[in-house]
Amino acid sequence: MSAAVSPAPRKGLSFRQPSVIPGFGLTLGFTISYFSLIILIPLIALAIRSAGLGPEGFWKAATDARVLGALRVSFVTALIAAGINVVFGTLIAWVLVRYRFPGRRIFDAIIDLPFALPTAVAGIALTAIYAPSGAIGAIFAPIGWRIAYTPVGIVIAMIFIGLPFVVRTIQPILEEVSNEVEEASATLGASRFQTITKVILPSLTPAILTGFALAFARGVGEYGSIIFIAGNIPFVSEIAPLLIYIRLQEFNYVGASVIATVMLLISFAMLFAINLIQAWSRRRYGYGH
Amino acid sequence: MATKLRARTHRRISPTSESRLVQWILIGIAFVFMAIILLMPLYAVFHEALAKGLNTFFAALVEKDAQAAIRLTLLVAAIAVPLNVVFGLAASWAIAKFEFKGKAFLITLIDLPFSVSPVISGLVYVLLFGAGSFLGPFLKSYGIEVLFALPGIVLATIFVTFPFVARELIPLMQDQGTGDEEAALSLGANGWQTFWRVTLPNIKWGLLYGVLLCNARAMGEFGAVAVVSGKIRGQTTTMPLQVEMLYNEYNATAAFALASLLALLALVTLVLKSALEWRYGDEIAASGK
Repeated sequence: MSAAVSPAPRKGLSFRQPSVIPGFGLTLGFTISYFSLIILIPLIALAIRSAGLGPEGFWKAATDARVLGALRVSFVTALIAAGINVVFGTLIAWVLVRYRFPGRRIFDAIIDLPFALPTAVAGIALTAIYAPSGAIGAIFAPIGWRIAYTPVGIVIAMIFIGLPFVVRTIQPILEEVSNEVEEASATLGASRFQTITKVILPSLTPAILTGFALAFARGVGEYGSIIFIAGNIPFVSEIAPLLIYIRLQEFNYVGASVIATVMLLISFAMLFAINLIQAWSRRRYGYGH
Repeated sequence: MATKLRARTHRRISPTSESRLVQWILIGIAFVFMAIILLMPLYAVFHEALAKGLNTFFAALVEKDAQAAIRLTLLVAAIAVPLNVVFGLAASWAIAKFEFKGKAFLITLIDLPFSVSPVISGLVYVLLFGAGSFLGPFLKSYGIEVLFALPGIVLATIFVTFPFVARELIPLMQDQGTGDEEAALSLGANGWQTFWRVTLPNIKWGLLYGVLLCNARAMGEFGAVAVVSGKIRGQTTTMPLQVEMLYNEYNATAAFALASLLALLALVTLVLKSALEWRYGDEIAASGK
Protein backbone atom coordinates (compact mmCIF):
# COMPACT_ATOMS: atom_id res chain seq x y z
CA MET A 1 0.00 0.00 0.00
CA SER A 2 2.60 2.53 1.08
CA ALA A 3 4.63 1.94 -2.07
CA ALA A 4 1.89 3.53 -4.15
CA VAL A 5 1.52 6.54 -1.88
CA SER A 6 4.18 8.85 -3.23
CA PRO A 7 3.66 9.98 -6.81
CA ALA A 8 0.16 8.67 -7.36
CA PRO A 9 -0.24 6.84 -10.65
CA ARG A 10 -2.01 9.19 -13.05
CA LYS A 11 -3.33 6.78 -15.59
CA GLY A 12 -4.34 3.18 -15.60
CA LEU A 13 -6.72 1.60 -13.17
CA SER A 14 -4.16 0.68 -10.57
CA PHE A 15 -4.27 2.07 -7.05
CA ARG A 16 -6.70 4.95 -7.18
CA GLN A 17 -9.16 6.52 -9.54
CA PRO A 18 -8.07 9.80 -11.13
CA SER A 19 -9.35 13.03 -9.58
CA VAL A 20 -8.73 16.76 -10.04
CA ILE A 21 -8.55 17.28 -6.28
CA PRO A 22 -5.00 17.67 -5.01
CA GLY A 23 -3.37 16.40 -1.86
CA PHE A 24 -3.93 12.67 -2.11
CA GLY A 25 -0.30 11.70 -1.63
CA LEU A 26 0.20 14.19 1.19
CA THR A 27 -2.90 13.30 3.19
CA LEU A 28 -2.78 9.54 2.71
CA GLY A 29 0.96 9.52 3.33
CA PHE A 30 0.51 11.45 6.55
CA THR A 31 -2.42 9.26 7.61
CA ILE A 32 -0.49 6.05 7.13
CA SER A 33 2.72 7.34 8.72
CA TYR A 34 0.88 8.69 11.76
CA PHE A 35 -1.12 5.48 12.12
CA SER A 36 2.05 3.40 11.87
CA LEU A 37 3.94 5.44 14.44
CA ILE A 38 1.18 5.75 17.02
CA ILE A 39 -0.74 2.49 16.64
CA LEU A 40 0.93 -0.08 14.40
CA ILE A 41 4.55 -0.09 15.59
CA PRO A 42 3.58 -0.19 19.30
CA LEU A 43 1.18 -3.07 18.64
CA ILE A 44 3.93 -4.89 16.73
CA ALA A 45 6.21 -4.39 19.74
CA LEU A 46 3.56 -6.15 21.81
CA ALA A 47 3.31 -9.02 19.34
CA ILE A 48 7.09 -9.44 19.23
CA ARG A 49 7.37 -9.48 23.01
CA SER A 50 4.72 -12.22 23.30
CA ALA A 51 6.10 -14.18 20.37
CA GLY A 52 9.51 -14.24 22.07
CA LEU A 53 8.11 -16.89 24.41
CA GLY A 54 7.50 -19.43 21.66
CA PRO A 55 4.18 -21.24 21.28
CA GLU A 56 4.69 -23.49 24.30
CA GLY A 57 5.81 -20.73 26.64
CA PHE A 58 2.97 -18.53 25.41
CA TRP A 59 0.39 -21.24 26.03
CA LYS A 60 1.79 -21.89 29.51
CA ALA A 61 1.69 -18.22 30.43
CA ALA A 62 -1.78 -17.72 28.95
CA THR A 63 -3.26 -20.67 30.81
CA ASP A 64 -1.77 -19.70 34.18
CA ALA A 65 -4.51 -20.14 36.80
CA ARG A 66 -4.59 -16.48 37.86
CA VAL A 67 -4.64 -15.30 34.23
CA LEU A 68 -7.52 -17.63 33.39
CA GLY A 69 -9.31 -16.49 36.54
CA ALA A 70 -8.95 -12.82 35.57
CA LEU A 71 -10.05 -13.48 31.99
CA ARG A 72 -13.06 -15.40 33.26
CA VAL A 73 -14.06 -12.59 35.62
CA SER A 74 -13.71 -10.00 32.84
CA PHE A 75 -15.62 -11.93 30.21
CA VAL A 76 -18.41 -13.24 32.43
CA THR A 77 -19.14 -9.87 34.04
CA ALA A 78 -18.95 -8.11 30.65
CA LEU A 79 -21.37 -10.65 29.21
CA ILE A 80 -23.89 -10.12 32.02
CA ALA A 81 -23.56 -6.31 31.88
CA ALA A 82 -23.98 -6.27 28.09
CA GLY A 83 -27.05 -8.49 28.43
CA ILE A 84 -28.65 -6.12 30.96
CA ASN A 85 -27.70 -3.14 28.79
CA VAL A 86 -29.35 -4.69 25.75
CA VAL A 87 -32.66 -5.01 27.59
CA PHE A 88 -32.70 -1.53 29.11
CA GLY A 89 -30.81 0.09 26.25
CA THR A 90 -33.41 -1.13 23.75
CA LEU A 91 -36.19 0.10 26.04
CA ILE A 92 -34.54 3.52 26.41
CA ALA A 93 -33.94 3.81 22.66
CA TRP A 94 -37.59 2.88 22.06
CA VAL A 95 -38.88 5.43 24.55
CA LEU A 96 -36.62 8.18 23.18
CA VAL A 97 -37.54 7.55 19.53
CA ARG A 98 -41.22 6.71 19.78
CA TYR A 99 -42.63 8.74 22.66
CA ARG A 100 -42.88 12.45 23.30
CA PHE A 101 -42.64 13.57 26.90
CA PRO A 102 -41.30 16.56 28.80
CA GLY A 103 -37.53 16.46 29.30
CA ARG A 104 -36.99 13.99 26.48
CA ARG A 105 -34.12 15.94 24.92
CA ILE A 106 -32.33 16.27 28.25
CA PHE A 107 -32.85 12.55 28.87
CA ASP A 108 -31.41 11.94 25.41
CA ALA A 109 -28.37 14.11 26.11
CA ILE A 110 -27.64 12.47 29.47
CA ILE A 111 -27.32 9.04 27.82
CA ASP A 112 -23.90 10.14 26.55
CA LEU A 113 -22.65 10.94 30.06
CA PRO A 114 -20.47 7.80 30.26
CA PHE A 115 -18.68 8.92 27.06
CA ALA A 116 -17.86 12.25 28.67
CA LEU A 117 -17.29 11.40 32.33
CA PRO A 118 -13.73 10.23 33.04
CA THR A 119 -13.72 6.59 34.08
CA ALA A 120 -11.85 7.20 37.35
CA VAL A 121 -14.52 9.71 38.38
CA ALA A 122 -17.26 7.22 37.55
CA GLY A 123 -15.37 4.57 39.51
CA ILE A 124 -15.12 6.47 42.79
CA ALA A 125 -18.68 7.79 42.44
CA LEU A 126 -20.11 4.30 41.90
CA THR A 127 -18.09 3.02 44.84
CA ALA A 128 -19.47 5.80 47.05
CA ILE A 129 -23.02 4.78 46.09
CA TYR A 130 -22.69 1.01 46.30
CA ALA A 131 -20.33 0.68 49.28
CA PRO A 132 -22.11 -0.68 52.38
CA SER A 133 -22.33 2.88 53.71
CA GLY A 134 -23.48 4.36 50.38
CA ALA A 135 -26.96 5.38 49.25
CA ILE A 136 -27.79 2.07 47.54
CA GLY A 137 -25.27 -0.12 49.34
CA ALA A 138 -26.94 0.72 52.67
CA ILE A 139 -30.28 -0.62 51.39
CA PHE A 140 -28.81 -4.04 50.66
CA ALA A 141 -26.27 -4.25 53.50
CA PRO A 142 -28.81 -5.23 56.22
CA ILE A 143 -29.92 -8.28 54.23
CA GLY A 144 -26.32 -9.30 53.73
CA TRP A 145 -25.97 -8.36 50.04
CA ARG A 146 -22.73 -6.69 49.16
CA ILE A 147 -22.47 -4.91 45.82
CA ALA A 148 -19.22 -2.96 45.96
CA TYR A 149 -16.06 -5.06 46.34
CA THR A 150 -17.75 -8.07 44.67
CA PRO A 151 -18.25 -9.10 41.02
CA VAL A 152 -21.70 -7.48 41.22
CA GLY A 153 -19.93 -4.13 41.55
CA ILE A 154 -17.95 -4.90 38.39
CA VAL A 155 -21.21 -5.57 36.53
CA ILE A 156 -22.65 -2.24 37.76
CA ALA A 157 -19.59 -0.33 36.51
CA MET A 158 -19.77 -2.11 33.14
CA ILE A 159 -23.48 -1.29 32.83
CA PHE A 160 -22.60 2.37 33.38
CA ILE A 161 -19.91 2.52 30.70
CA GLY A 162 -21.70 0.27 28.19
CA LEU A 163 -25.19 1.77 28.18
CA PRO A 164 -24.63 4.54 25.58
CA PHE A 165 -23.12 2.05 23.12
CA VAL A 166 -26.36 0.06 23.06
CA VAL A 167 -28.72 3.06 22.99
CA ARG A 168 -26.75 4.94 20.33
CA THR A 169 -26.52 1.88 18.09
CA ILE A 170 -30.23 1.07 18.22
CA GLN A 171 -31.61 4.63 18.13
CA PRO A 172 -30.77 5.56 14.51
CA ILE A 173 -32.00 2.19 13.20
CA LEU A 174 -35.24 2.50 15.12
CA GLU A 175 -35.74 5.93 13.57
CA GLU A 176 -35.41 4.38 10.14
CA VAL A 177 -37.90 1.55 10.69
CA SER A 178 -40.75 2.58 8.48
CA ASN A 179 -44.17 3.13 9.93
CA GLU A 180 -45.80 1.42 6.96
CA VAL A 181 -44.70 -2.06 7.98
CA GLU A 182 -46.31 -1.52 11.37
CA GLU A 183 -49.48 -0.28 9.73
CA ALA A 184 -49.50 -3.27 7.40
CA SER A 185 -49.02 -5.59 10.33
CA ALA A 186 -51.88 -3.95 12.24
CA THR A 187 -54.14 -4.05 9.18
CA LEU A 188 -53.51 -7.76 8.83
CA GLY A 189 -54.87 -8.26 12.32
CA ALA A 190 -51.72 -8.49 14.41
CA SER A 191 -51.95 -7.26 17.97
CA ARG A 192 -49.56 -4.51 18.98
CA PHE A 193 -47.51 -7.05 20.92
CA GLN A 194 -47.23 -9.30 17.86
CA THR A 195 -46.23 -6.36 15.70
CA ILE A 196 -43.45 -5.43 18.11
CA THR A 197 -42.10 -8.93 18.65
CA LYS A 198 -42.54 -10.24 15.11
CA VAL A 199 -42.06 -7.17 12.93
CA ILE A 200 -40.07 -4.50 14.73
CA LEU A 201 -37.69 -6.51 16.92
CA PRO A 202 -36.43 -8.72 14.06
CA SER A 203 -35.45 -5.66 12.05
CA LEU A 204 -33.65 -4.30 15.09
CA THR A 205 -31.75 -7.53 15.70
CA PRO A 206 -28.55 -6.53 13.85
CA ALA A 207 -28.44 -3.23 15.74
CA ILE A 208 -29.08 -4.97 19.05
CA LEU A 209 -26.32 -7.50 18.33
CA THR A 210 -23.92 -4.73 17.34
CA GLY A 211 -24.77 -2.76 20.48
CA PHE A 212 -24.28 -5.89 22.55
CA ALA A 213 -20.88 -6.55 20.97
CA LEU A 214 -19.74 -2.94 21.45
CA ALA A 215 -20.85 -2.82 25.10
CA PHE A 216 -19.27 -6.22 25.71
CA ALA A 217 -15.97 -5.21 24.11
CA ARG A 218 -15.89 -1.99 26.09
CA GLY A 219 -16.66 -3.84 29.31
CA VAL A 220 -13.92 -6.41 28.81
CA GLY A 221 -11.28 -3.73 28.28
CA GLU A 222 -12.54 -1.32 30.93
CA TYR A 223 -10.21 -0.45 33.79
CA GLY A 224 -10.76 2.93 35.44
CA SER A 225 -14.35 2.67 36.53
CA ILE A 226 -13.95 -0.91 37.76
CA ILE A 227 -10.84 -1.07 39.91
CA PHE A 228 -12.32 1.10 42.66
CA ILE A 229 -15.54 -0.85 43.03
CA ALA A 230 -14.24 -4.36 42.30
CA GLY A 231 -12.33 -5.24 45.45
CA ASN A 232 -9.71 -6.82 43.19
CA ILE A 233 -9.48 -10.23 44.85
CA PRO A 234 -7.60 -12.71 42.60
CA PHE A 235 -9.88 -15.40 41.09
CA VAL A 236 -13.00 -13.56 42.34
CA SER A 237 -13.03 -9.93 41.34
CA GLU A 238 -9.70 -9.32 39.64
CA ILE A 239 -10.22 -8.24 36.02
CA ALA A 240 -7.77 -8.98 33.20
CA PRO A 241 -6.73 -5.33 32.57
CA LEU A 242 -5.86 -5.00 36.27
CA LEU A 243 -3.73 -8.15 36.10
CA ILE A 244 -1.84 -6.60 33.16
CA TYR A 245 -1.24 -3.55 35.33
CA ILE A 246 -0.07 -5.69 38.27
CA ARG A 247 2.32 -7.68 36.03
CA LEU A 248 3.78 -4.38 34.80
CA GLN A 249 4.32 -3.17 38.36
CA GLU A 250 6.24 -6.40 38.97
CA PHE A 251 8.31 -5.64 35.82
CA ASN A 252 6.98 -8.90 34.38
CA TYR A 253 6.65 -7.38 30.90
CA VAL A 254 6.31 -10.75 29.19
CA GLY A 255 3.49 -11.83 31.50
CA ALA A 256 1.68 -8.54 30.83
CA SER A 257 2.19 -8.93 27.07
CA VAL A 258 0.71 -12.42 27.02
CA ILE A 259 -2.53 -11.34 28.75
CA ALA A 260 -2.71 -8.29 26.49
CA THR A 261 -2.23 -10.42 23.37
CA VAL A 262 -4.98 -12.84 24.38
CA MET A 263 -7.35 -9.93 25.08
CA LEU A 264 -6.49 -8.23 21.79
CA LEU A 265 -7.05 -11.42 19.78
CA ILE A 266 -10.48 -11.78 21.35
CA SER A 267 -11.44 -8.15 20.79
CA PHE A 268 -10.29 -8.28 17.17
CA ALA A 269 -12.48 -11.33 16.72
CA MET A 270 -15.34 -9.28 18.20
CA LEU A 271 -14.60 -6.41 15.80
CA PHE A 272 -14.68 -8.85 12.92
CA ALA A 273 -18.01 -10.22 14.17
CA ILE A 274 -19.46 -6.69 14.36
CA ASN A 275 -18.41 -6.04 10.76
CA LEU A 276 -20.02 -9.30 9.67
CA ILE A 277 -23.27 -8.40 11.47
CA GLN A 278 -23.34 -5.01 9.78
CA ALA A 279 -22.58 -6.42 6.34
CA TRP A 280 -25.34 -8.99 6.89
CA SER A 281 -27.85 -6.37 8.02
CA ARG A 282 -27.05 -4.14 5.04
CA ARG A 283 -27.69 -7.05 2.71
CA ARG A 284 -30.84 -8.12 4.50
CA TYR A 285 -32.46 -4.83 5.42
CA GLY A 286 -30.74 -2.37 3.14
CA TYR A 287 -29.39 -0.30 5.98
CA GLY A 288 -26.79 -0.58 8.64
CA HIS A 289 -24.50 2.07 9.85
CA MET B 1 -32.59 13.64 14.15
CA ALA B 2 -36.11 12.35 14.21
CA THR B 3 -37.72 15.13 12.26
CA LYS B 4 -39.29 12.73 9.79
CA LEU B 5 -41.05 10.78 12.47
CA ARG B 6 -41.83 13.56 14.87
CA ALA B 7 -45.00 14.57 13.07
CA ARG B 8 -46.14 11.01 12.56
CA THR B 9 -45.64 9.73 16.06
CA HIS B 10 -47.45 12.64 17.69
CA ARG B 11 -50.86 11.15 18.14
CA ARG B 12 -53.06 9.86 20.91
CA ILE B 13 -54.24 6.32 20.26
CA SER B 14 -53.52 4.41 17.09
CA PRO B 15 -53.02 0.83 16.04
CA THR B 16 -49.34 1.54 15.56
CA SER B 17 -48.69 2.85 19.02
CA GLU B 18 -49.19 1.80 22.60
CA SER B 19 -51.85 3.08 24.96
CA ARG B 20 -50.94 6.14 26.97
CA LEU B 21 -50.69 4.01 30.13
CA VAL B 22 -48.22 1.58 28.62
CA GLN B 23 -46.22 4.51 27.26
CA TRP B 24 -45.92 6.11 30.68
CA ILE B 25 -44.97 2.81 32.33
CA LEU B 26 -42.17 2.29 29.77
CA ILE B 27 -41.03 5.90 30.10
CA GLY B 28 -41.04 5.42 33.88
CA ILE B 29 -38.89 2.27 33.74
CA ALA B 30 -36.44 3.91 31.32
CA PHE B 31 -36.21 7.00 33.48
CA VAL B 32 -35.66 5.10 36.74
CA PHE B 33 -32.93 2.97 35.14
CA MET B 34 -31.24 6.05 33.68
CA ALA B 35 -31.51 7.91 37.00
CA ILE B 36 -29.98 5.06 39.01
CA ILE B 37 -27.24 4.20 36.54
CA LEU B 38 -26.29 7.67 35.22
CA LEU B 39 -27.64 10.48 37.40
CA MET B 40 -26.81 9.06 40.82
CA PRO B 41 -23.07 8.79 40.18
CA LEU B 42 -23.04 12.31 38.79
CA TYR B 43 -24.85 13.61 41.86
CA ALA B 44 -22.60 11.58 44.18
CA VAL B 45 -19.47 13.30 42.81
CA PHE B 46 -20.70 16.79 43.73
CA HIS B 47 -22.32 15.61 46.97
CA GLU B 48 -19.10 14.00 48.21
CA ALA B 49 -16.96 16.89 47.01
CA LEU B 50 -18.97 19.39 49.05
CA ALA B 51 -19.58 17.06 52.01
CA LYS B 52 -17.11 18.93 54.23
CA GLY B 53 -18.05 22.41 53.13
CA LEU B 54 -16.88 24.88 50.53
CA ASN B 55 -13.65 25.75 52.31
CA THR B 56 -12.37 22.17 52.25
CA PHE B 57 -13.50 21.93 48.65
CA PHE B 58 -11.54 24.96 47.49
CA ALA B 59 -8.55 24.10 49.67
CA ALA B 60 -8.35 20.75 47.85
CA LEU B 61 -8.39 22.50 44.47
CA VAL B 62 -5.66 25.06 45.19
CA GLU B 63 -3.39 22.49 46.80
CA LYS B 64 0.04 22.37 45.14
CA ASP B 65 -0.13 18.85 43.68
CA ALA B 66 -3.71 19.33 42.53
CA GLN B 67 -2.66 22.48 40.67
CA ALA B 68 0.23 20.61 39.07
CA ALA B 69 -2.16 17.85 38.01
CA ILE B 70 -4.57 20.37 36.46
CA ARG B 71 -1.72 22.03 34.55
CA LEU B 72 -0.40 18.68 33.30
CA THR B 73 -3.86 17.58 32.15
CA LEU B 74 -4.35 20.83 30.21
CA LEU B 75 -0.88 20.55 28.68
CA VAL B 76 -1.38 16.94 27.57
CA ALA B 77 -4.73 17.76 25.97
CA ALA B 78 -3.23 20.85 24.32
CA ILE B 79 -0.66 18.64 22.57
CA ALA B 80 -2.68 15.49 21.89
CA VAL B 81 -5.91 17.05 20.59
CA PRO B 82 -4.34 19.28 17.87
CA LEU B 83 -2.24 16.36 16.63
CA ASN B 84 -5.33 14.20 16.31
CA VAL B 85 -7.15 17.08 14.58
CA VAL B 86 -4.41 17.27 11.93
CA PHE B 87 -4.58 13.51 11.55
CA GLY B 88 -8.38 13.56 11.38
CA LEU B 89 -8.34 16.22 8.65
CA ALA B 90 -5.70 14.39 6.62
CA ALA B 91 -7.39 11.01 6.96
CA SER B 92 -10.85 12.29 6.08
CA TRP B 93 -9.50 14.26 3.10
CA ALA B 94 -7.75 11.18 1.72
CA ILE B 95 -10.70 8.88 2.42
CA ALA B 96 -13.63 11.11 1.51
CA LYS B 97 -12.27 12.92 -1.55
CA PHE B 98 -10.63 9.99 -3.32
CA GLU B 99 -11.41 6.45 -4.41
CA PHE B 100 -8.61 4.00 -3.80
CA LYS B 101 -8.05 0.35 -3.00
CA GLY B 102 -8.09 -0.69 0.62
CA LYS B 103 -10.19 2.28 1.74
CA ALA B 104 -12.66 0.25 3.79
CA PHE B 105 -9.78 -1.51 5.46
CA LEU B 106 -8.16 1.82 6.32
CA ILE B 107 -11.40 3.03 7.93
CA THR B 108 -11.52 -0.13 10.04
CA LEU B 109 -7.90 0.40 11.08
CA ILE B 110 -8.62 3.96 12.21
CA ASP B 111 -11.30 2.66 14.59
CA LEU B 112 -8.91 0.03 15.93
CA PRO B 113 -7.86 1.90 19.12
CA PHE B 114 -11.49 1.80 20.29
CA SER B 115 -11.30 -1.96 20.62
CA VAL B 116 -8.02 -1.91 22.53
CA SER B 117 -8.24 -1.83 26.32
CA PRO B 118 -6.80 1.44 27.70
CA VAL B 119 -4.35 -0.52 29.84
CA ILE B 120 -3.03 -2.23 26.70
CA SER B 121 -2.76 1.18 24.98
CA GLY B 122 -0.37 2.17 27.75
CA LEU B 123 1.37 -1.20 27.87
CA VAL B 124 2.49 -1.04 24.23
CA TYR B 125 4.50 2.12 24.95
CA VAL B 126 6.05 0.56 28.04
CA LEU B 127 7.21 -2.32 25.82
CA LEU B 128 8.46 0.10 23.17
CA PHE B 129 10.33 2.50 25.46
CA GLY B 130 10.77 0.64 28.74
CA ALA B 131 13.63 -1.40 30.15
CA GLY B 132 14.66 -4.21 27.82
CA SER B 133 13.49 -2.36 24.73
CA PHE B 134 15.75 -1.02 22.02
CA LEU B 135 14.39 2.52 21.84
CA GLY B 136 14.23 3.36 25.55
CA PRO B 137 17.94 3.10 26.43
CA PHE B 138 18.85 4.67 23.06
CA LEU B 139 16.74 7.78 23.72
CA LYS B 140 17.88 7.88 27.31
CA SER B 141 21.51 8.14 26.18
CA TYR B 142 20.45 11.38 24.50
CA GLY B 143 18.71 12.54 27.65
CA ILE B 144 15.18 11.97 26.36
CA GLU B 145 12.82 10.32 28.84
CA VAL B 146 9.64 8.95 27.32
CA LEU B 147 8.29 6.65 29.99
CA PHE B 148 7.26 8.13 33.34
CA ALA B 149 7.45 11.56 31.71
CA LEU B 150 5.38 13.90 29.54
CA PRO B 151 6.09 12.26 26.12
CA GLY B 152 4.80 8.88 27.31
CA ILE B 153 1.63 10.42 28.73
CA VAL B 154 1.04 12.34 25.50
CA LEU B 155 1.61 9.23 23.35
CA ALA B 156 -0.80 7.12 25.41
CA THR B 157 -3.39 9.89 25.25
CA ILE B 158 -3.01 10.20 21.48
CA PHE B 159 -3.48 6.44 21.17
CA VAL B 160 -6.78 6.33 23.05
CA THR B 161 -8.19 9.49 21.39
CA PHE B 162 -6.86 8.59 17.94
CA PRO B 163 -10.16 7.89 16.10
CA PHE B 164 -12.40 10.63 17.57
CA VAL B 165 -11.91 13.45 15.05
CA ALA B 166 -11.41 11.21 12.01
CA ARG B 167 -14.57 9.17 12.58
CA GLU B 168 -16.66 12.34 12.88
CA LEU B 169 -15.22 13.87 9.72
CA ILE B 170 -15.02 10.87 7.39
CA PRO B 171 -18.79 10.23 7.05
CA LEU B 172 -19.50 13.97 6.99
CA MET B 173 -17.03 14.68 4.19
CA GLN B 174 -18.17 11.59 2.29
CA ASP B 175 -21.71 12.97 2.46
CA GLN B 176 -20.62 16.33 1.12
CA GLY B 177 -18.85 14.85 -1.88
CA THR B 178 -16.32 16.69 -3.99
CA GLY B 179 -18.51 19.14 -5.94
CA ASP B 180 -17.64 22.25 -3.90
CA GLU B 181 -13.91 21.55 -4.10
CA GLU B 182 -14.04 20.90 -7.84
CA ALA B 183 -15.85 24.19 -8.35
CA ALA B 184 -13.25 26.08 -6.30
CA LEU B 185 -10.40 24.43 -8.20
CA SER B 186 -11.94 25.16 -11.57
CA LEU B 187 -12.24 28.82 -10.55
CA GLY B 188 -8.49 28.90 -10.02
CA ALA B 189 -8.10 28.26 -6.30
CA ASN B 190 -5.12 26.18 -5.30
CA GLY B 191 -5.31 23.19 -2.97
CA TRP B 192 -4.71 25.08 0.28
CA GLN B 193 -7.16 27.84 -0.63
CA THR B 194 -9.76 25.22 -1.43
CA PHE B 195 -9.20 23.54 1.90
CA TRP B 196 -9.24 26.71 4.02
CA ARG B 197 -12.06 28.56 2.23
CA VAL B 198 -14.33 25.78 1.02
CA THR B 199 -13.82 22.51 2.85
CA LEU B 200 -13.10 23.81 6.35
CA PRO B 201 -16.18 26.09 6.52
CA ASN B 202 -18.27 23.12 5.34
CA ILE B 203 -17.07 20.83 8.09
CA LYS B 204 -16.46 23.28 10.94
CA TRP B 205 -19.31 22.13 13.19
CA GLY B 206 -18.55 18.48 12.65
CA LEU B 207 -14.90 19.21 13.40
CA LEU B 208 -15.83 21.04 16.60
CA TYR B 209 -18.01 18.09 17.58
CA GLY B 210 -15.11 15.68 17.13
CA VAL B 211 -12.74 17.99 19.01
CA LEU B 212 -15.15 18.16 21.96
CA LEU B 213 -15.33 14.38 22.30
CA CYS B 214 -11.61 13.98 21.70
CA ASN B 215 -10.82 16.59 24.34
CA ALA B 216 -13.14 15.09 26.95
CA ARG B 217 -11.47 11.71 26.54
CA ALA B 218 -7.97 13.21 26.47
CA MET B 219 -8.47 15.05 29.75
CA GLY B 220 -10.23 12.13 31.40
CA GLU B 221 -8.11 9.20 30.26
CA PHE B 222 -7.06 7.03 33.16
CA GLY B 223 -6.01 3.45 32.31
CA ALA B 224 -3.54 4.16 29.52
CA VAL B 225 -1.99 7.10 31.33
CA ALA B 226 -1.78 5.19 34.63
CA VAL B 227 0.46 2.61 32.97
CA VAL B 228 2.98 5.04 31.45
CA SER B 229 2.97 7.84 34.01
CA GLY B 230 4.85 6.25 36.90
CA LYS B 231 2.64 8.47 39.11
CA ILE B 232 5.32 10.83 40.37
CA ARG B 233 3.38 13.23 42.55
CA GLY B 234 3.33 16.80 41.27
CA GLN B 235 5.17 15.79 38.08
CA THR B 236 3.53 13.02 36.11
CA THR B 237 0.09 12.75 37.71
CA THR B 238 -2.75 13.99 35.56
CA MET B 239 -6.07 14.91 37.18
CA PRO B 240 -7.61 11.42 36.98
CA LEU B 241 -4.43 9.90 38.43
CA GLN B 242 -4.36 12.47 41.22
CA VAL B 243 -7.98 11.57 41.97
CA GLU B 244 -6.97 7.92 42.32
CA MET B 245 -3.99 8.67 44.56
CA LEU B 246 -6.02 10.89 46.88
CA TYR B 247 -8.79 8.31 47.01
CA ASN B 248 -6.40 5.48 47.86
CA GLU B 249 -4.93 7.63 50.64
CA TYR B 250 -8.40 7.84 52.18
CA ASN B 251 -8.59 11.52 51.33
CA ALA B 252 -11.97 11.05 49.68
CA THR B 253 -13.13 14.66 49.95
CA ALA B 254 -10.07 15.96 48.10
CA ALA B 255 -10.41 13.17 45.54
CA PHE B 256 -14.03 14.07 44.88
CA ALA B 257 -13.23 17.80 44.79
CA LEU B 258 -10.80 17.23 41.93
CA ALA B 259 -13.20 14.70 40.40
CA SER B 260 -15.96 17.32 40.43
CA LEU B 261 -13.86 19.50 38.10
CA LEU B 262 -13.69 16.57 35.67
CA ALA B 263 -17.42 15.97 36.09
CA LEU B 264 -18.01 19.64 35.32
CA LEU B 265 -15.92 19.23 32.17
CA ALA B 266 -18.10 16.26 31.23
CA LEU B 267 -21.25 18.31 31.76
CA VAL B 268 -19.94 21.22 29.70
CA THR B 269 -18.98 18.75 26.96
CA LEU B 270 -22.47 17.26 26.99
CA VAL B 271 -24.17 20.66 26.88
CA LEU B 272 -22.01 21.90 23.99
CA LYS B 273 -22.39 18.60 22.16
CA SER B 274 -26.18 18.67 22.51
CA ALA B 275 -26.27 22.34 21.49
CA LEU B 276 -24.31 21.45 18.34
CA GLU B 277 -26.66 18.56 17.61
CA TRP B 278 -29.77 20.69 18.06
CA ARG B 279 -28.50 23.78 16.29
CA TYR B 280 -26.39 22.30 13.50
CA GLY B 281 -27.86 18.79 13.35
CA ASP B 282 -27.82 18.77 9.55
CA GLU B 283 -24.23 19.92 9.29
CA ILE B 284 -22.97 17.16 11.57
CA ALA B 285 -25.71 14.80 10.47
CA ALA B 286 -23.44 12.09 9.17
CA SER B 287 -21.93 11.80 12.62
CA GLY B 288 -24.05 8.91 13.87
CA LYS B 289 -22.38 6.88 16.59
